Amino acid sequence: MVETTQNLVQSDLLRWIPLIPLLGSVVNLFFGRALGKQTAGALASAAVGASFALAFYIFWQLPATGIFRDLVYTWIQSGSFQVNLSFQVDALTAVMLLVVTGIGFLIHLYSLGYMGHDDGMVRFFIYLNLFIFFMLLLVMGDNLLLLFVGWEGVGLCSYLLIGFWYHDHNNTIAGNKAFVVNRIGDLGFIIGILVLVAELGRQGIWTLDFVELQKQVKLLQPGTITLITFLLFIGATGKSAQLPLFVWLPDAMAGPTPVSALIHAATMVTAGVYMTARLHFLFALAPATLALIAVIGAATAFFAATIALTQNDIKKVLAYSTVSQLGYMFLAVGMGAFGAAIFHVFTHAFFKACLFLGSGSVIHALGGEQDMRKMGGLKAHMPKTYWTYVVATLAIAGVPFTAGFFSKDLILWQTLSHGATLLWALGLVTAGMTAFYMFRQLFMVFHGECRAGEHAKAHLHESPAVMTWPLIVLAFGSIFTGWLGAPEYLWGSRWDHWLEPIFGTQVHHGSVNTELLATFLTLAVVTVGIYLAYLMYGKPGTQPAGAASHGIFYDISLNKYYVDEVYDYIFVRPFTAVSKFFASVVDPWVIDGVVNGVAATARGFSTIWRGLQTGNVQHYAAMFLVGVLALLAYYLGQLS
Amino acid sequence: MIALHHYLILSAVIFAIGVIGVLVRRNLIVILMSIELMLNAVNLTFIAFSRYLGSTDGQVVVFFVMAVAAAEAVIGLAIIISVYRHRQSLDPQEMQLLKW
Repeated sequence: MVETTQNLVQSDLLRWIPLIPLLGSVVNLFFGRALGKQTAGALASAAVGASFALAFYIFWQLPATGIFRDLVYTWIQSGSFQVNLSFQVDALTAVMLLVVTGIGFLIHLYSLGYMGHDDGMVRFFIYLNLFIFFMLLLVMGDNLLLLFVGWEGVGLCSYLLIGFWYHDHNNTIAGNKAFVVNRIGDLGFIIGILVLVAELGRQGIWTLDFVELQKQVKLLQPGTITLITFLLFIGATGKSAQLPLFVWLPDAMAGPTPVSALIHAATMVTAGVYMTARLHFLFALAPATLALIAVIGAATAFFAATIALTQNDIKKVLAYSTVSQLGYMFLAVGMGAFGAAIFHVFTHAFFKACLFLGSGSVIHALGGEQDMRKMGGLKAHMPKTYWTYVVATLAIAGVPFTAGFFSKDLILWQTLSHGATLLWALGLVTAGMTAFYMFRQLFMVFHGECRAGEHAKAHLHESPAVMTWPLIVLAFGSIFTGWLGAPEYLWGSRWDHWLEPIFGTQVHHGSVNTELLATFLTLAVVTVGIYLAYLMYGKPGTQPAGAASHGIFYDISLNKYYVDEVYDYIFVRPFTAVSKFFASVVDPWVIDGVVNGVAATARGFSTIWRGLQTGNVQHYAAMFLVGVLALLAYYLGQLS
Repeated sequence: MIALHHYLILSAVIFAIGVIGVLVRRNLIVILMSIELMLNAVNLTFIAFSRYLGSTDGQVVVFFVMAVAAAEAVIGLAIIISVYRHRQSLDPQEMQLLKW
């Protein structure tokens, strides 16, 4: 491969960032039982910690416009088509690296406490390390194929961890659901890759390398680019839980809570956003796809937020809020504001991880209870969890000077300034609903009277330090990470500057006054949301269990728009019916029929012919004679 | 004067008797004798042609055939005795184990 970019720097250190967690996983796989639970967990955490330290070092060394690359070996060589096992780190990857390893490390630490009583702790850490490895492969791969390997790998780990407590059959079902729904998206994704390879190959360019792709992308027809990006986006809707493939994510909450925090909130589900940002040069040339992404994103954000309004399971609320926030990210992608999307990925990772870990702390304290109607008043018992939860709730609700405020506001402003008023309005309403359901949750869990059973009440306790410290770190992140991307009217964005070599300069339309006006409008909506939540759930004397009258909209939202039921009727049942038909009719009659039929036919013919083989030598001799006479007659006939 | 074709006809008749004997008789010893009959019919043909053509080649072949026939008789009779000891019968129709 010709290295035309002069600021491509070889660095052998890169390979160790993903390798260390892989080693941790392998060591625990073979020796984990011998090492014991605590040692194995510590080892796994240390591996991710080392990875984080290395990633931070790389981040520190990375020049403003440079790319670190580490070519390990050539993976596939077929004619002029070549794929390397090779890692690269540029500004975008560096951000993702820090998120994955940093938050991954905190969640590993947290898991030491959370999973401490679990018999499967060693297995848990094996999966967790493996997940970190695949996620790093995903963000560090320098070509689309390597990204895809990571993409599938994290899907596998997600499946394994959702079904971690496999003794409960429902968890296994949830894992299967996640896997199958992701497969649907991945089919689109892999077809997209194949079309890309084929179309570029037709132009004589055989590559999947991102740097090369970016140079050669102009060779493609606009129609082809639209097709490719559309197919790739199908993959993203699966992995990042967008309409219509979002159904797996809420069910994925069956896994242990640290898993929900790491995989189903902070890192893996953002893979779709990362992929679009990584291929931004491709997506930028496909306005039709971008428009579709924006609409899907906004619709998902709105749709999921309406569901989150009425959920009673503490993790389900957070799950739907994750889907909703991912919708925001895709809204930003659809606006071509990749920097804003990644910014939201970054801030969201902190406050959503904090929220999930906080909810995990609550669940842990209540001995596995997840129903918010049976919580309440935990503020006094778990002050650290409470205050970090407050900070993260403020952040996700978008209260000024928290991380969520900056990133969400940036997305909304980008949407408005692009003239997509309707989508902006959707986003605005969603922001209000986000504030409402998050504060509803806060009030239901931590305020009011404790509605837990006597047994649970007696065991209420603040979580150990190994669980609260990650919460505190993440709570700090939930505020200060946002400050990196402040708008122009404050102190300006370092974020845009950092990602400038990747995405180019972010053009800001519109005036500062309009931006301020939009921000105040958002704040007003958020305030209304918080106030409504207080009125309905927070004010002393309200009934948290069923404050609202159970109108038709409440029921629809509570039942998640019956999406699962609809999918069940449209896809699952016909599929099962067809399967049953094949199992009970086609398999025994057609498949077995063909196989047995062949045998029966052969047998039938042989019944006729085997009569000849009497075993009596004299019969054979007679046949012999007949043959000889026939030959004789033939040759005599020839003579005359 | 006995011409060549007399010998050939006689030979053919003996050969046919031998063939029919092999095909229809129910005793292995008789079948073996029928085979000898066929061999000797062939021998007769060889001799007749040898004489007719004035060449000794046919006679040489006849000696070979007689040697082979002697060996065959030895082995054949040995097998027959062995079969009889096993089955107390020499009927080939009862020896049908090698069938479906």
